[in-house]
Amino acid sequence: MEINIMKSKDLPEETLKTVHSNTENQKTVMKNRMETKNLTVKYGSIYGVKNISLPFQDKTVTALIGPSGCGKTTYLRALNRMHDLTREAKIEGEVLLDNKNIYDEDINPVTIRRKIGMVFQKPTPFPTMSIYDNVVAGLKLVGIRNRSLLDEVCEKALKQAALFDEVKDRLKTPAVSISGGQQQRLSIARALAVEPEVLLMDEPTSSLDPQATLRIEELIHVLKKDITIIIITHNMQQAARVSDKTAFFYVGDLIEAGDTNTIFTNPKEKQTEDYITGRFG
Amino acid sequence: MESDSAGGGAPTILNGRKPNILYLWLGDKIFTAVVVILGASIIMLALGMAWVLFDEGSLSLREYGFINFIKGKTWDPAVQLVFGAWPFIFGTVITSSMALLIAFFPALAVAIFSAEYAPPWLSGIIDNLVQLIAAIPSVVIGIWGIFVLAPWLRDTVYMPIYLWTELNQPGLLPILGNPIGYGMATATIVLALMIVPYTTALAKDAIKAVPKDQREASWALGSTRWEVIRMAVLPYARGGITAGAILSLGRAIGETMAVAMLIGNKNTLPFSIFGAGATMPSVIVNEFREAVESLHLSSLMAIGFVLFIIALIVNLTAAYINRKLSIGGGQIL
Ligand SMILES: Nc1ncnc2c1ncn2[C@@H]1O[C@H](COP(=O)(O)OP(=O)(O)OP(=O)(O)O)[C@@H](O)[C@H]1O
Ligand SMILES: [Mg+2]
Repeated sequence: MEINIMKSKDLPEETLKTVHSNTENQKTVMKNRMETKNLTVKYGSIYGVKNISLPFQDKTVTALIGPSGCGKTTYLRALNRMHDLTREAKIEGEVLLDNKNIYDEDINPVTIRRKIGMVFQKPTPFPTMSIYDNVVAGLKLVGIRNRSLLDEVCEKALKQAALFDEVKDRLKTPAVSISGGQQQRLSIARALAVEPEVLLMDEPTSSLDPQATLRIEELIHVLKKDITIIIITHNMQQAARVSDKTAFFYVGDLIEAGDTNTIFTNPKEKQTEDYITGRFG
Repeated sequence: MESDSAGGGAPTILNGRKPNILYLWLGDKIFTAVVVILGASIIMLALGMAWVLFDEGSLSLREYGFINFIKGKTWDPAVQLVFGAWPFIFGTVITSSMALLIAFFPALAVAIFSAEYAPPWLSGIIDNLVQLIAAIPSVVIGIWGIFVLAPWLRDTVYMPIYLWTELNQPGLLPILGNPIGYGMATATIVLALMIVPYTTALAKDAIKAVPKDQREASWALGSTRWEVIRMAVLPYARGGITAGAILSLGRAIGETMAVAMLIGNKNTLPFSIFGAGATMPSVIVNEFREAVESLHLSSLMAIGFVLFIIALIVNLTAAYINRKLSIGGGQIL
């Protein structure tokens, strides 16, 4: 188990460099870690998203933006086969992880979900478990029982999710005894503890205060050195701050995708510009 | 906060509208009155029943004292006219708790299968079958037990065990008892069959009530189907499942006809595993018509009173456990 230790002291400089790092990243030629090809998700006969083709480069952050109900969550859930569990949802097209379609017959969705972590729009702590057990739940699944390793990972994940200081004295108390925003950070810590290669985040900071939001954004900057992140956000400043690439969705269609700088300063489509500048949505 | 500003500020659509004065006055009051009256009358009914049982049983309870009546090991309505309830309390507690023990895990397995694994059509069939079993009148189950199950159990299960024990462990024979087919073991097995539908249905309800996002959270960590059940579903549903099991125990305790038909009806301790025994409901239904002595009749009533109290305790325990173990109460977002 390789553990990426993050030093919180490094963080402020990291944030300052945000805007510049976007351009830095483009210099290196990147391979696509994930990619969707003509991905369509239908709920019965209703389209959730239509024909989305979008690459996700390795070690980048992609922001998915768009008005409520445009299919962002629908799209994101297709990337780790969460729709398998919704009876009425039908998937067409391909989702490639390292050039292999994760919907192929020979792929086990459980293995996929261990590689592609997910943070949900709403906090979902396991209510009968303690804070500690929630964080290490994913590790226990894969059979890790070594107490000191679990302790170490738990502390690190909680620190990454900017929760450790608030709960370090009550790791054994029930996870539901903490506030909603703390529960959301707990959910983030739980997803981080298993060290996913790709992290899907569905509005991870919508229930957090500005301070915690900032810490999560800093976390994303640190994480992106190692992993690929796809984040849904309704906050345009946040999309601009954290992402390298941005994709704009509108009623099930991908309207425009590209470098975040370009999308925000010089969008090709009128709809994108209207949305970003707050004229609708 | 909002009501503060609404109170002081300009009239809005909501605070500007004048509700019907009669409605304001009467609406809540009538509703409250109806609810209180209905609720109170149910409580009064239950208390009234308890009182009648206690009153009718008071002759016996005064004769022996409540504790000694419960502890009394002899029930002899024919010769000595001595009445102690212990054999029946013992019979009831053993048969119903063993029945729950037998029924619980198969019922939980069926509930998990039907709720989590089975495709909708199969789960529909299972649910209907379970309901069908629950709908069979217990006297029909009793007849089936007398003519089919008991002889079958005697020939294929009890006899071989009895013969084996006779050869190898003759000392255990008194505990095992006479394998005639009608006795404690048969009654317990039939009780188990009869409560499986309740345990299953209540466990399935509890499992179905687990929110989707709990399951998804577990899936997203890379759980297999069974791991999701173990990590997210069962812990969340444990309150409902346990409460359901205890409610099923309550049903087993009160079950009368099938038990009376199959338990062999023997009033004196010691009971043995295969041998005949009795429970509180079975002795009441068997002896009620023949009870001529007023002390005998009163003792049967007193048993009814004890049964009432036990049933009350079981149900209150179920309610308490459900509240104690269940998730929610505004704690979770
Ligand atoms: N389980 C479902 N069954 C049927 N339709 C669904 C289901 N889930 C989502 N939809 C529909 O799909 C469309 C896209 O929903 P989705 O949740 O992806 O939107 P979103 O972009 O994430 O919105 P928000 O920003 O509000 O979270 C919506 O019109 C919604 O009604
Ligand atoms: Mg959404």
